[in-house]
Amino acid sequence: MDVRVQSDAFDAGAELNAFAGGRDDVGAVVSFSGLVRDDGGLRHMEIEHYPGMTAKAIEGIAREAMERWTLGDVLVIHRHGILRPGARIMMVATAAPHRAAAFEAADFLMDYLKSRAPFWKKEVRDDGADWVAAKAADEAALGRW
Amino acid sequence: MTLDVLYFAWVRERIGLPRERIETDAATVADLVEELRAREDRYAAAFADLAALRVAVDQDLTSFDAPLGAAREVAFFPPMTGG
Repeated sequence: MDVRVQSDAFDAGAELNAFAGGRDDVGAVVSFSGLVRDDGGLRHMEIEHYPGMTAKAIEGIAREAMERWTLGDVLVIHRHGILRPGARIMMVATAAPHRAAAFEAADFLMDYLKSRAPFWKKEVRDDGADWVAAKAADEAALGRW
Repeated sequence: MTLDVLYFAWVRERIGLPRERIETDAATVADLVEELRAREDRYAAAFADLAALRVAVDQDLTSFDAPLGAAREVAFFPPMTGG
């Protein structure tokens, strides 16, 4: 299990290769990347987090995934700070003997990271800035698990 | 007891500071919120709607009726938007 919270950019391809490489006990690797989307006029996104809690919270979510599914490994990288449109915010990767567990665990991790990892996004546009509001659907998604 | 109280995102902006150290006898998170609300308008504004807020005690998410016990750190913030 590898959890990283950082302001620096990362190379998702290299991370995925390193994550999947050098092991013969898994038959499936699933990855998800979150990018900064510009719906019009976005200058950048500011991602604030709670330094003392963030890694601990994500590790708890990753540990739960490892308990619920048969997984070989889990990788979570999540950035904070100022990110431009198109920048990679985060990635999740799961490795498992079989694909169903890899897909489901990645989906679970994303649902929980969205609503239970202490990050807050602020969109800074040409005409002002707003905190991104949490969606009721995101909270409801936790009920799936 | 001495508590570090932390604020994030719009709660931090509304109150105007990221953290402060306070002396309190509050027994629960809700008691602490009442104390903070009574301080100044900016606190009252930040804590106007508890449904719009989340709280962590010693870096674990909890509820507003949670006891503070021997807590060292309490953080208030809006619902998280990670991922």
